[in-house]
Amino acid sequence: MLSSYLMVAAILFCIGLYGALVKKNAVIVLLSIELMLNAVNLNLVAFSKYGVVPSLTGQIFTLFTIAVAAAEVAVGIAILIALFRARGTVNVDEYDEMRR
Amino acid sequence: MDTMFSEMAWLIPLFPLAAFLLLLASGRSGRRVGVAIGSVGSLASLVLSILVLIEHMGDGATYYQDGFKWIDLGSFQLNFGYEVTNLSALMLVVVTAVSFLVNVYSAGYMRDDERISVFYSYIALFTFSMLGLVLADNMLSLYFFWELVGVCSFLLVGFWYTKPAARAAAKKAFIVTRIGDAGLLIAILLLFWYMPDHALDFVRIENVFEGQTGAVAAGVTTLIAILIFVGAIGKSGQFPLHVWLPDAMEGPTPISALIHAATMVAAGVYLVARTFDIFQASPVAMETVAYIGAFTAIFAATIGIAQNDIKRILAYSTVSQLGYMMMALGLGSLTGGVFHLFTHAFFKALLFLGAGSIIHAVHTQNINEMGGLGSKMRITAWTFGIGALALSGIPPFAGFWSKDAILATALHENPTLFVVGVVAAFFTAFYMSRLFFLVFTGKPKGDGKAHESPLSMTIPLIILAVFAIGAGFIETPWNGTLSEWLTGTAAAAHSGGGLVMVISTAVGALGIYLGWLVFVKGTIARDAISSRAPWLARLLERKYYIDEIYEAILVKPLRGLGQLLNAIDQYLIDGIVSFIGGTAVFLGRGGTRLQNGQVQTYGLITILGLVILIIAVVGRRFWS
Repeated sequence: MLSSYLMVAAILFCIGLYGALVKKNAVIVLLSIELMLNAVNLNLVAFSKYGVVPSLTGQIFTLFTIAVAAAEVAVGIAILIALFRARGTVNVDEYDEMRR
Repeated sequence: MDTMFSEMAWLIPLFPLAAFLLLLASGRSGRRVGVAIGSVGSLASLVLSILVLIEHMGDGATYYQDGFKWIDLGSFQLNFGYEVTNLSALMLVVVTAVSFLVNVYSAGYMRDDERISVFYSYIALFTFSMLGLVLADNMLSLYFFWELVGVCSFLLVGFWYTKPAARAAAKKAFIVTRIGDAGLLIAILLLFWYMPDHALDFVRIENVFEGQTGAVAAGVTTLIAILIFVGAIGKSGQFPLHVWLPDAMEGPTPISALIHAATMVAAGVYLVARTFDIFQASPVAMETVAYIGAFTAIFAATIGIAQNDIKRILAYSTVSQLGYMMMALGLGSLTGGVFHLFTHAFFKALLFLGAGSIIHAVHTQNINEMGGLGSKMRITAWTFGIGALALSGIPPFAGFWSKDAILATALHENPTLFVVGVVAAFFTAFYMSRLFFLVFTGKPKGDGKAHESPLSMTIPLIILAVFAIGAGFIETPWNGTLSEWLTGTAAAAHSGGGLVMVISTAVGALGIYLGWLVFVKGTIARDAISSRAPWLARLLERKYYIDEIYEAILVKPLRGLGQLLNAIDQYLIDGIVSFIGGTAVFLGRGGTRLQNGQVQTYGLITILGLVILIIAVVGRRFWS
């Protein structure tokens, strides 16, 4: 049972990773990061139920993660909007300030 | 015992040095000023040198030495100083006198040359180095000036550097003398190694070797003497290394007179005379010097017969006369060698300057294209004739007395070498009469527009002619002034003089008479020898094929080796270096491409790294 959950989480994580690395739109990149985060959450819940030592800590920790992720997305979106205003684009290829 | 002027002797080389620096600073602008600066510099040296010489001719041998500490390494000390002995006082006058006359002469000869002030600056530098060489009080500073003189010779031989022949001659002169210089350098190092206290100054060298107290082993002494002689061979154009001197005639004629006849080539003889005590301590070295000198004397004299270039004839004559000097030194006659050096400097400078005057007038150096110049160029003809007679050893001209001194010593010490010397004297007289008669008598050839040279050229000729007549009287069989003064002992200069004088005069006269028969009277056909033995004529004309032999056995293999090494350097060494450099550049290029500022690329690479890490960690479990 555990392995199917883990498999779903792994697939989810890979999709998120793929999106974060490949997609050009910054919003979609942000969404992809959320996908990866949720893959982790799924793992936490799965282990708290079917792990070697089942306990409620995993599920509680997941709630914390979701809360923190919400805050993070809020900040991320804010930065993205500021960037969009400054550069006039959401294409991540054009965000190459690190080069200079 | 006044040493007032000797104390100022250090100024003598500084006048030409100052002239050189002034000329260098003024560039090519002042043509007339350049001539004036050069001449005044050498005149000042000349005056001071004469004063020093007069002082030295006074009561007894005044000796003066001074200097400052140059190198101070623990127990080893070396001074950079000057030393005035009777020998160097005499040489000072010879060098400055010829240098001054050549300066005056060049004002006429080089008048139309664009780079005349450069020419004068080179002459001044040469005069400075030569005087420094003469005054040097130790082997190391002598070597220093020895090399400077070589550089000046290189610069002046290649003065007309647009001519390929001049460039080649300059390089040849430099490289061939370098071979000799290497010998001298090794000799100096050996002296440094074996002398007590590592002393290199002439005074202590003299003290150590004079008594031969066993401070230096006999074998080492011989080695040192021979190596010093190798240096002298290179500079003085003795047999195996004589090839550069005739080629050096590509330089301007006044230079041939100054450097390649009167002064620089005499530096080798001077060196041997200066370190004479080392040679005297080693009989083997003395014999080597004598035999090489004698061989060179006759060898070069025979080549001189078959040459057609006026300057080359004189060049081979110089080689031959230097051989005489070496022979005299090798036979133990310091006086004979130095005396011949002294007289030869004047009459050979005279002959070269006379040749320059002829070339200036007819614009060719081939004596077969000249003829009948005697009536058009009276002063040149007369002075040249005096020089030729002096060189041929006809009394009472200077060359007779010095050659007589050498031959008398040879008869006394080694009859074989005496015969060689006499035969060489015969050849000398023959080629000089050939040269003189072909140039000055007979029918005029060419366009016939030859005219006498300007005063600035003829006056030095006349002055030198006076010396060529009179310089010999300082030492005659009845009057050993020079030998007494030079060696400090009242030695019986040369006994048995009568026979030698008769023989050498007869031989000289016979040579001239034969030349007259062949080239004026025509009693003997000119091609008497070349038609019967063409191989002999060709052998002499090609200078015994020495150049060709060197080319085949030395130059070609060395050049091949050089090209091989060059190829290795260019392709192998350079290849490795540029491969390493190229790799670094390539890696750098790749690195900059990676840093493109794209977060996604960075992320991708991070993930790839992680994957590789995981594969490595996990994979190890399967393989091991």
